[in-house]
Amino acid sequence: METKSIMIVGVGGQGSLLASRLLGNVLLAQGYDVKVSEVHGMSQRGGSVVTYVKYGEKVYSPVIEKGEADAVISFELLEAARCLPYLKKGGHLITSTQKIAPMPVITGAAEYPENLVEKLEAAGAELVAVDALSLAEQAGSPKASNVVLMGVLASRMNFPEELWQKAIEECVPPKFLELNKKAFELGKNA
Amino acid sequence: MKKLMLGNEAFARGLYEAGCRVVSSYPGTPSTEITEEVAKYEEIYAEWAPNEKVAMETALGASIAGARAFCGMKHVGLNVAADPLYTAAYTGVNAGLVIAVADDQGMHSSQNEQDSRHHAIAAKVPMLEPSDSGECKDFVKLAFELSEQFDAPFIVRMSTRVAHSQSIVEKLDRQELPLKEYTKNPQKYVMMPAYAKGRHVFVEERTKKLVEYAETSPLNRTEISDKAEFGVITNGAAYQYVKEALGERASVLKLGMVNPLPVKLIQDFAARYEKIYVIEELDGIIEEHCRNIGVNNVEGKSVFGYIGELPQSVIAEKLLGEKKEFAALEDNIPVRPPVMCAGCPHRGLFYCLKKLGVTVSGDIGCYTLGAAAPLNAMDTTICMGASISGLHGFNKARGAEAEHSSVAVIGDSTFMHSGMTGLVNIAYNNSNSTVIILDNSITGMTGHQQNPTTGKNLKGDPAAAVNLEELCKAIGIKRVRVVDPYKLAETEAAIKEELAADEASVIISRRPCALLKYVKHNAPVVVDSDKCVGCKMCMKLGCPAISMKDGKAVIDHTQCVGCGICQEMCKIGAIK
Repeated sequence: METKSIMIVGVGGQGSLLASRLLGNVLLAQGYDVKVSEVHGMSQRGGSVVTYVKYGEKVYSPVIEKGEADAVISFELLEAARCLPYLKKGGHLITSTQKIAPMPVITGAAEYPENLVEKLEAAGAELVAVDALSLAEQAGSPKASNVVLMGVLASRMNFPEELWQKAIEECVPPKFLELNKKAFELGKNA
Repeated sequence: MKKLMLGNEAFARGLYEAGCRVVSSYPGTPSTEITEEVAKYEEIYAEWAPNEKVAMETALGASIAGARAFCGMKHVGLNVAADPLYTAAYTGVNAGLVIAVADDQGMHSSQNEQDSRHHAIAAKVPMLEPSDSGECKDFVKLAFELSEQFDAPFIVRMSTRVAHSQSIVEKLDRQELPLKEYTKNPQKYVMMPAYAKGRHVFVEERTKKLVEYAETSPLNRTEISDKAEFGVITNGAAYQYVKEALGERASVLKLGMVNPLPVKLIQDFAARYEKIYVIEELDGIIEEHCRNIGVNNVEGKSVFGYIGELPQSVIAEKLLGEKKEFAALEDNIPVRPPVMCAGCPHRGLFYCLKKLGVTVSGDIGCYTLGAAAPLNAMDTTICMGASISGLHGFNKARGAEAEHSSVAVIGDSTFMHSGMTGLVNIAYNNSNSTVIILDNSITGMTGHQQNPTTGKNLKGDPAAAVNLEELCKAIGIKRVRVVDPYKLAETEAAIKEELAADEASVIISRRPCALLKYVKHNAPVVVDSDKCVGCKMCMKLGCPAISMKDGKAVIDHTQCVGCGICQEMCKIGAIK
């Protein structure tokens, strides 16, 4: 099979590393060759954070470039807009509707673009926009938006439910397990 | 058992399986996780050293004592450790010695983009370079074998993409090795001229043998394609990009040993094709080697350049003329640069520096973000420790006026790494400099590593803690004081007083990193929108939790940790 590419994007501190680990474990359990690429260090401090997940029979490059992603999962709306160019024609864009102002917007040097959901749809992306923050708060913590979005992704991929559950158990500390399982469920049904 | 592992985690697994016993490193992105992961194995002694030079000397000492040993660092760390490296090349090893150096192509988290292969060549030390996690583990294990076989330290060169990509690794058992016998051998280990001359002869002989090894080593692999239009010589992460972009359209010579390079292997491969492309990130070392050995049908840097990474799109575009289509919005998408976190103790200090308009000699750490808008409170950042020594030079050049209007800022870990010696120079050579140590009780930027000031070691056990106040006094600084950077007025007053003083001083700005698990956060503060007049005083702090909505300040409750400095900024008491 051809290699598939999924990008997970957000703002440093939103938990994209956990999300990519979950997805990576599910893909590994499905028997694929998998590569997951992260960037650590300075960019984690509130900057844009991008994680690449690729799977197939044999994966070479760990990097996803413009026009290559089958799906982009974004934890923040502006980051979804930033990563639109990475999407293949007809690719899926799953985004949280949460907005976090970047420093140039906070200082007034730039403006946060308006009506991004409508614009992304008009640009031809297969768009799913979810209020992941509210769902995460409903599950018990705003920090669980990452797992909510993995739930949304799971509902659109045909992998057995038990693989996702097992991956959550492997990647989440026991004391947050119930909360994250609830967040995943809310995402799946969103 | 198969597992997805970061290259760094697989590297650590390789150290474990190879029977490595002693590890000493200094953290630096993208190398840090090797040592963090290796510390989880009980069979291995692992530590954070104060800097890379100490780490390498420790590892060499362990190797001489008969234990397989390792030290890890980022590319610029090898500059610090270059002194022991160049002579370890002469002494060689007793038990195997492996050194990881992680380059940062694309400068994701570094101050320069140097190519560490130059150090390997100059030091005459062999260097291997894996291209995925599986190879990380295999190459490390082989490096120990080869280190003992050739009596040489072996460098394994990592890169950001290899270090921070996960791919599949098969876990194997550890090979338990007894300590090798240690016998006194001054001709080999005392590098004074008489003995070093003998060892230099050995080094040159060893390099010849390593070239012979490189000709047939499984580390260097030829992948011939029947459909190939040309040949490619490549290494490291670039190999993966080549395979992705070119598939069967090119035959590939993948060099897993990047120093020394083979001769006949390259000549034979190049003779198969009319055109050979050398696809290597950063400098053109393989390409120059090709020309040196009479292989002239190569092209490399003239096509690909010396800067950044060479991902599949670059290769496909340059060699095949192919470009991917994509959509983009017409809107200007504002950049999202990294920022100091909400509640970061550095923020208050940098706000005071900006307000006072002083010249700030900066250093390497989270606080380098103080250079960005809206604080813009940094004039220079060069390398670890340069804040203090650079300030001393600045003040010696410009005299009293500069001495009363300039400071150095340096973190606790960076101060222990190489700031102390600069402070000794200030005391010894008498400049009236003001040094601010930003003590957040952790090594922050690389993701929370312990250091000699924190009272804990790498394994998390209690350890001796350097008392910064006493240390600075012992060095010869008489004016040493501590401030809490959450208290703006107190911090500003302290900086003014020390700048005005007629002798050198140290201000310790002390408050633990807000992201540390043990730090208790206050309830988020809230803006009373009836009171807020939209003056934007609080916005001057550059706190990511504060923004303006409909002319009033709002505070994001998911980010705010209640540090309270915005309350201090608000003259009308609108923040509760």
